[in-house]
Amino acid sequence: MANISKINRKAEKEKQQAARNRREIVAAGLSRRDMLRMGLLTSAGLLVSMNGLSVRATNSAGHLVDSGSGSGPSSPPTTPFVQPFTRMTVKQPAATLNPAPTVIPNTVAGEGRTISHQAFNQFTPTKFYEVEQRLTNIITHPELPAQPLWGFDGLVPGPLYVERYGRPILVRNQNNLPANNGGFGKNFVTTHLHNGHTPSESDGNPCDYFRPGQFYDQHYPNVLAGVNSTHQDVGGDIQESMSTLWYHDHMHDFTSQNVYKGLAGMYLLFNDYDTGDETTGFHLPSFGDGVSDDSNFDVPMLFSDHLYDSETGIVAFDTFNFDGVLGDRFLVNGKVQPVMHVHPRRYRFRWLDAGPSRFYQLFFTDKTSLNQRIKFHQISTDGNLLDHPVEVESIRLGVAERADLVIDFSKYAGKTLYIENRLEQQDGRGPTGKVLAAGQGNLILKIVVDLPAIADNSVDPATITRFYGLPDKTAAPRITRTFNFDRSNGLWTINGRSMDPECQEVRARISKNSVEHWIVTNSSGGWQHPAHIHFEEFQFLSVNGAPPASSGLVLNGRKDVIRLEHNMQTKTFFRFRDFVGRYPFHCHNVVHEDHAMMLIWEIVDGVGDNITNP
Amino acid sequence: MRYRNKFLGVALLIVGVMLAGHVSVAQVETKRVKTPRERLAERSFPNVTLTTHEGKKVKFYDDLLKDKIVLINFMYVKCEGTCPGTTANLVKVQKLLGERVGKDIFMYSITLKPEEDSPEVLKAYAKAYKVGPGWQFLTGDTKDIELLRQKLGFIDRDPVRDTNKSNHITMLRWGNEPHTLWAGCPASLAPAKIVKEISLVDWPAADEVRRGGER
Repeated sequence: MANISKINRKAEKEKQQAARNRREIVAAGLSRRDMLRMGLLTSAGLLVSMNGLSVRATNSAGHLVDSGSGSGPSSPPTTPFVQPFTRMTVKQPAATLNPAPTVIPNTVAGEGRTISHQAFNQFTPTKFYEVEQRLTNIITHPELPAQPLWGFDGLVPGPLYVERYGRPILVRNQNNLPANNGGFGKNFVTTHLHNGHTPSESDGNPCDYFRPGQFYDQHYPNVLAGVNSTHQDVGGDIQESMSTLWYHDHMHDFTSQNVYKGLAGMYLLFNDYDTGDETTGFHLPSFGDGVSDDSNFDVPMLFSDHLYDSETGIVAFDTFNFDGVLGDRFLVNGKVQPVMHVHPRRYRFRWLDAGPSRFYQLFFTDKTSLNQRIKFHQISTDGNLLDHPVEVESIRLGVAERADLVIDFSKYAGKTLYIENRLEQQDGRGPTGKVLAAGQGNLILKIVVDLPAIADNSVDPATITRFYGLPDKTAAPRITRTFNFDRSNGLWTINGRSMDPECQEVRARISKNSVEHWIVTNSSGGWQHPAHIHFEEFQFLSVNGAPPASSGLVLNGRKDVIRLEHNMQTKTFFRFRDFVGRYPFHCHNVVHEDHAMMLIWEIVDGVGDNITNP
Repeated sequence: MRYRNKFLGVALLIVGVMLAGHVSVAQVETKRVKTPRERLAERSFPNVTLTTHEGKKVKFYDDLLKDKIVLINFMYVKCEGTCPGTTANLVKVQKLLGERVGKDIFMYSITLKPEEDSPEVLKAYAKAYKVGPGWQFLTGDTKDIELLRQKLGFIDRDPVRDTNKSNHITMLRWGNEPHTLWAGCPASLAPAKIVKEISLVDWPAADEVRRGGER
């Protein structure tokens, strides 16, 4: 084991050396002729195979691909674990909005919205925010140049919204993006709050985009699913409470480029049980002030990967790769391989795979004791608390999946742990399925348990026997529909069809207040698809024909992403309620999404359609 | 700043080592940092020579892409399946785009079978479909065509599927070269929808004009 890890390190070193050499030669201003004369370059343009110059600059197609396979181009070398982990900036409300928000789109004042708010008067917002999408220059690693990214308020990730159920808010998005995209990205935007229980016109529909100079008011009622339902108690179903959401750009055809460019952030929802205060409710670790080491023990972590141009050091995106794009540098909250210092106590981490195309299987690793199995409690799937905490030693996440967990660092006082991704993935199609041995994966975050002992009023998750419970899923469906995620003749498809680029074609009309079963399948062994449905969460009825728990207890929970692994068939239970309007269902490998692996469905008053194969 | 200085320092060191090794080296000068547009062109747009259906030799980047809005698809003449429908569909797209085709918007159909599709064959094909000016059918050396197919991403990672050329004819790529804006859509979409898609990579000034008028 140690041997192989040594070889990996050597290969990585050689690759970094090669990348350095290439840049040095360029910086020295040597012409191609000079290099040929010196024997540094073959006639085919490849650097010759000597002294660390041999690692190829590109794969055979010249695409920017992951270095995991050893054949892709590398980012410039970056020294791991030299910069501090940063917590997200908590978003502060605005005293007033000018002009004041209106139910009807305020087109005259420059609002890009086209549909009136349907629930503004029922859930009148009492808290207002203004956020702008703009160009920013951000250091993601001290050895790289400042990155020309796009961020909400100029932050990457964007500011953290900390909200409560029962307190409706309105977020005004102001598009101040430049005409020059710096290589990729489209400056039209539409923000999706994933997976808010949000009326359609505020959901960030891919065709509800607005342009530079325009704004768009999004109304987030922060209500429980079932709030307007005929079968539920007044106020919605507490069992459908969500905790960890995120928001990101959803621009039609350009989501992958815009999200990769930085337009993503997180959004927390608390209530009277999941309070953010460890002395009350479920007694989960406190959110505190959200920023300081001595107060914040509930820490959102957004994982993403970047590839930096080997010559310029600037983040690059391959707009000609339709399988999905991978980076070779791993970021947590917008920083490459940071270091976090923690107290020897319990923490709640909220993990999000923000893509664009990488899947993770995350473990805690002690490099001095690779055989040690470090266990912790997973408490949620995709922002929905499980029935009860489940002890695990790793969590797998596809793009857009989230998991909250509680880990007790008191057992590791004085030690250093790493969050390690051990899931092998060689290209954008999805992981191979192989889980690498401890120490052989990608070390993403270094955690040093060296802060002093401090009070811990949170409870041991092993003693929590139930959070909210899970909603009943025995109600008979009005209809069972089938959705097959596939590739047909070189196109990504759902049921053999592509997305209507104008979002006008409604593939399924669903009766408000109805139950549906959706059979969602991936008939391929070559690709994986994290299939995401907006607005309503689901519960698995079966996974590959068996009860969900037989593939892991956490699969009993509520979710909004079906991680379709190779040749997988799932059956899911949905209840559609509360609002009417159009929402998408799509692959959240955002490169697939941008290549039309999406469809639009609609909740209607009255009777839905009977299309079983939408 | 820190970044560039650091590497200039190392570069001087390296050149020094080279000089010590009795290699004659040109003057040391720091190169201007390339723009994202230049890097994209280096990475994705090989400047290979192709021949149009009118028999003209053209450079892929210099003559076909530079400073233009373009639509690119792959095809071959003896293709049954979806090929004829795609070409007929794109003829309608060309009509809808009107006089901009050949002015600032250009359409390119690159053959996947250059060994069969000579300029003459492509010319007859274009004529049969009543293709207008500003849309060129392109052939060239097999290895150049293959390089373009790879670089532009008309590929399938499954090697068996990749050899089936009919898997590479369903996608339409479109982009605005100077603005480094690129995306794609199925070539079978309704022509008006394709035109609307392409408007997403139109010049920013054109977008100003369009603002407010549509959803």
